[in-house]
Amino acid sequence: MSGDGAPVLEVADLRMRYGDKDVLNGIDLTVRPGEVLALLGPNGAGKTTTIEILEGFRKRSAGEVSVLGIDPAEGDEAWRARVGIVLQSWRDHRKWRVRQFLTNQGILYAPFSTPDVPRPWAVDDLLASVGLTDQADEQVRHLSGGQRRRLDVAVGLIGRPELLFLDEPTAGLDPQARRQFHDLLRGVSQDFGVTVLITTHDLAEADKVADRIAILVDGRVIAAGTAAELSRGITTHDRVRWVVGGRLFQQSTADSTAFVRALLQDDRGAVTQLEVHRASLEDTYLSLVGNAENPATAAADAA
Amino acid sequence: MRISTTKAVLKSGMARGLIEFRQAFSGADLIGQLFWPLATLAAIWFFRDREIGVDGLTLGTAMFPGVLGMFVAFGMFLVIQFLAADREDGTLLRAKATPGGVLSYLLAKLVNVSLTVLVYLLIVAVPGSRLVDGLEVSGPRPWFTLAWVVLVGLAACQLLGAVLGSLVSSPRAAGYIAMAVLALTAVSGIFYPLTAMPAWLQWVGQAFPIYWLGLGMRSGLLPDTAAAIEVGGSWRAGESVWVLAAWIVLGLVLAPFLLRRMARRESGSRVYARRDRALQRVT
Repeated sequence: MSGDGAPVLEVADLRMRYGDKDVLNGIDLTVRPGEVLALLGPNGAGKTTTIEILEGFRKRSAGEVSVLGIDPAEGDEAWRARVGIVLQSWRDHRKWRVRQFLTNQGILYAPFSTPDVPRPWAVDDLLASVGLTDQADEQVRHLSGGQRRRLDVAVGLIGRPELLFLDEPTAGLDPQARRQFHDLLRGVSQDFGVTVLITTHDLAEADKVADRIAILVDGRVIAAGTAAELSRGITTHDRVRWVVGGRLFQQSTADSTAFVRALLQDDRGAVTQLEVHRASLEDTYLSLVGNAENPATAAADAA
Repeated sequence: MRISTTKAVLKSGMARGLIEFRQAFSGADLIGQLFWPLATLAAIWFFRDREIGVDGLTLGTAMFPGVLGMFVAFGMFLVIQFLAADREDGTLLRAKATPGGVLSYLLAKLVNVSLTVLVYLLIVAVPGSRLVDGLEVSGPRPWFTLAWVVLVGLAACQLLGAVLGSLVSSPRAAGYIAMAVLALTAVSGIFYPLTAMPAWLQWVGQAFPIYWLGLGMRSGLLPDTAAAIEVGGSWRAGESVWVLAAWIVLGLVLAPFLLRRMARRESGSRVYARRDRALQRVT
């Protein structure tokens, strides 16, 4: 559901340097309205630094950044009201009750209400959307890890943001809670009409929740596109397996279709149990990350 | 737009302060809240008959107004603790991610801390005034004294708390400051007349607000003859106003700048780093 129209977020040649260490080496990024973009990369790639610059929490060293048409370093309270941030929660507001907490957060968004975009969301509707209706009167400290994370999303959404940031939101969740969270996130981006930027080091997560993925390695976006585009865009070889006369054969090839056509053309019916394995997104990701982290091996592979 | 933003900050900050105040005085937390006031009452009761060299005045009686001043100064403590704890657990970062959130947060602390101090004062003053003899509490004078010491004291001490609290970076550092404040209380003439201390300690005590808050309370609640054991043999009302006003001015100059700096520095990665450090301490 990639939307059209002016980008919600635009980054050009973003650089960040701490002392003499370059953390971001010229990032380019565009997010369009209604889109879910995953910033995918291994730990230490610069994801958190990037998202904090975009959130207006950190000053950059160089580059152009525009979030909802405004430079986050100059963002005022009206800009802040249009941006939602899902923080990695820890133990803040433990004694507050769920509905009480959301209601109090919501008060601060009311002045930024417009006829088109009434703010904040009605608390009970929001609780229903994130599946916390039954927990509305419970203290935050009594929520499970997954419930707490859904509350964090609700807090991020309460002001009815146009853009929602999530920094590694599923870290520390068990597989089932993680899966529920993914479903919630897909629903949220559709039902709330919000554009989403999420960081993750988990490829499966990016594939599941994002319309587009930008792969960040070593402070650079080394590839960006839909999962299918990323898979196609790199020359990882497909694997073909077959059996002739009880013997298993295996061949790695860049063009599996041409290879199989040739194979079957003169086999006289001897080939059985033919299998073609497409390069998975995971193979693609690992090969992209591996090449970027280790250019020498990449060159050797190519040779 | 501007006006309704201010209104929203006032509304959410007041509500937040009242909610947190209620939380602090309910359940298991209530026991912790009552410990210091009750220990103080026990000290007053224990010394209710000890003479201190002024006719008809016992140590318990002289202590009573002093501890009221001390509990006003306790507001400083609370502010430091809140700022340290709320930065570590991410509360302040959440406030920063919300429009007007930091102002609302600070207002909530002001409401919560002021109400907490008032409750401490009630817990100590109501039974305490019946435990000791020789207070001079007839007419409007004690009420007038209570009112100005509490108002000026809350302002001076919470500003000072905001300055110190925004400088320290962890609950542990806040703990060190707490110990320093305890030591300062010992040389602030609360539990024993300052004139019994060596001269240099008297100077240390008089440099900080705690001494002057205790002195102000004594000037309103004790007979004038009791001034004989004070520094200079007088209540020094003029000096009290000047010293406390100087602390308020210093706080007003420094606190907004330091609080802004503290809020500006908050980010997710700082909170994550503190969490990792805290978890290391636990394990």
